[in-house]
Amino acid sequence: MKKIFKINADCANCANEMESVANDTEGVKNAVVNFMTLKMTVEFEDGADFKAVMKNVRERCRKIDDECEIFL
Amino acid sequence: MTPKQKKNLIRIIVAAMLMIALEFVPSTGAARFFLYMIPYLIVGYDLLIKATRGIKNLRALDENFLMAVATLGAISLAVYDNGDYTEAVAVMLFYQIGELFESYAVGKSRKNISELMDIRPDFANIETENGIEQVDPDEVEIGTEIIVKPGEKIPIDGVIISGKSTIDTVALTGESLPRDVDIGAEVVSGCVNINGVLKIRTTKLFGESTASKILDLVENASSRKSKSEEFITKFARVYTPIVVACAVALAIIPSIVTGDFATWIYRALIFLVISCPCALVISIPLTFFAGIGGASREGILIKGSNFLETLSKVKTVVMDKTGTLTQGVFDVSDIHAKDFDANQLIHLAAHAERYSTHPIGISIKNFYPNENDNCDVEILEEIAGQGIRAKINGEIISVGNEKLMDAVGAKWKACDKAGTIIHVAIAEKYIGHVVISDVVKPTAKKSVEEMFAAGIENIFMLTGDSEKVAAQVAAELGIKNYRSELLPADKVTELEKILAVEKNSKVAFVGDGINDAPVLSRADVGIAMGAMGADAAIEAADVILMDDDPLKISRAVKISRKCLRIVKQNIYLAIGIKILCMILGAVGLANMWFAIFADVGVMILAVLNAIRALFTH
Repeated sequence: MKKIFKINADCANCANEMESVANDTEGVKNAVVNFMTLKMTVEFEDGADFKAVMKNVRERCRKIDDECEIFL
Repeated sequence: MTPKQKKNLIRIIVAAMLMIALEFVPSTGAARFFLYMIPYLIVGYDLLIKATRGIKNLRALDENFLMAVATLGAISLAVYDNGDYTEAVAVMLFYQIGELFESYAVGKSRKNISELMDIRPDFANIETENGIEQVDPDEVEIGTEIIVKPGEKIPIDGVIISGKSTIDTVALTGESLPRDVDIGAEVVSGCVNINGVLKIRTTKLFGESTASKILDLVENASSRKSKSEEFITKFARVYTPIVVACAVALAIIPSIVTGDFATWIYRALIFLVISCPCALVISIPLTFFAGIGGASREGILIKGSNFLETLSKVKTVVMDKTGTLTQGVFDVSDIHAKDFDANQLIHLAAHAERYSTHPIGISIKNFYPNENDNCDVEILEEIAGQGIRAKINGEIISVGNEKLMDAVGAKWKACDKAGTIIHVAIAEKYIGHVVISDVVKPTAKKSVEEMFAAGIENIFMLTGDSEKVAAQVAAELGIKNYRSELLPADKVTELEKILAVEKNSKVAFVGDGINDAPVLSRADVGIAMGAMGADAAIEAADVILMDDDPLKISRAVKISRKCLRIVKQNIYLAIGIKILCMILGAVGLANMWFAIFADVGVMILAVLNAIRALFTH
């Protein structure tokens, strides 16, 4: 399953960090962050509860920087 | 500017003025320290907070942390050494100027590009008992009659049922010449109605309409990253730790050897200032974003930065003939009369085809527009697979192929022109024939020349048409390589053969999206042409040309090359200047002012260079 989320990131580097954090989160098969369009495309593992996974991703992204946010 | 950017700008201005003022205030010792801390904290407090949080979350090596260490280090050295705090304050100040510029430039180009693609219709007008009412286009069902007033966007694809107008398709196709539309014309959403009021019966739902499809595509385009972007992301991940490691080594080893701690720690701090990979990390995706945005303004939609990158490496273009190089519609291309007036010949043929619904018959009628004159026309018989016999002004006219001519006993002559030949005879007397062929697009020849000029080395033409037709079109357009009489499946096989030969360069396939979807997806880059409204093509292709002008192929290649050129310039510029500064810093030829100017300056130059990709001409 693939979903696209709107995000907020302050700088390109933060966006890259968010991408790597999301990719390291359990239940995420592949995540791509596009800083220019402020979108995160997440492909989930089969059978993963995407809402729970995304909450986890958001939690971890917020630690990167104050401005990092994912709109679920 | 956003409120946050304004706030930062004010902080920068206040800190800069304070710093200049302090130059004229003589002070020493602790008083001097506290005085200089005022501008430092005004401009840098948020960075220090972020740096602390970074450490708490065990993510130490971010840019905030590095800048904090560099500036705090410089301050400590100043306390210990000469009381010159300006350097530390200046580094923080310029760093923040750079950050502000970056966020402004990125915000500005985001806005620019979204304005370029401003085709999202906000409402649809529906006629109700209470007059015209504006409704959400999402709620409009198929078959609803909607009204589009002058100046409004057409919200949903449909057919005009009353009114005529001129519509502006520039946002969709890049074609600046407006198009005249009349009753019965199919119109697509996203076009702007210029002068007349149109009543349109919708043929699609809003979500399935052209404007929605394109917006969807553009917004989700760049989730596919190019190799250059991936390289930079990886580079940034290793670059910072390596530079920091070098800085630590530079601070410790020579200090122990020489015993001169202040000098070497200072030089190590310069490394930290340069260690921020901002210039690269921001400018590369910005370039692709601007390139894709600029291309979409010209009616060239590119589905991702990876395709923009592949497009720039294309050396071989394989083209479908019908609908790509030719119009895909039949037209009378020649009239060969034998001892007879050519105009009279087509006149008679058009009469015979008066009621014909066959594409060939229609093309003859279209060629002779005033067919319905006062001639006495009576259709005698229509023989399937042969032609038509009619009685015109008392004479029996036969219009059809060789079989019909043989049947009426007319001595027909073969034609050396490629195309469908329609013979005409009066009774059994042969008077000549009409050649009907698919018409080459007016820009097709120029497009081939432009492609060669743009550095494309090979152009192939694939067609299901006969060898004779293919040879003629290829010769006319200056294409040396062509394959004819191919079934749709054969086109994939032919493309695979070409792909096998051109292993080291990229191959693009250009088609009109009708039954060539498999070929489009097999090529390195699939380019679909005239795709407005053709859903299958939009799905299968990587690059979509909104109108059907083949000249856009070379434009797309040129845009991609320019974009990749800028990407390369930025990579070399940023890495080169940073390495140079590090060397100069290590040997003591560069101070911290130099380092921060190099860092912020390179970033600003790289961003300005990236924005150049937006200008496609």
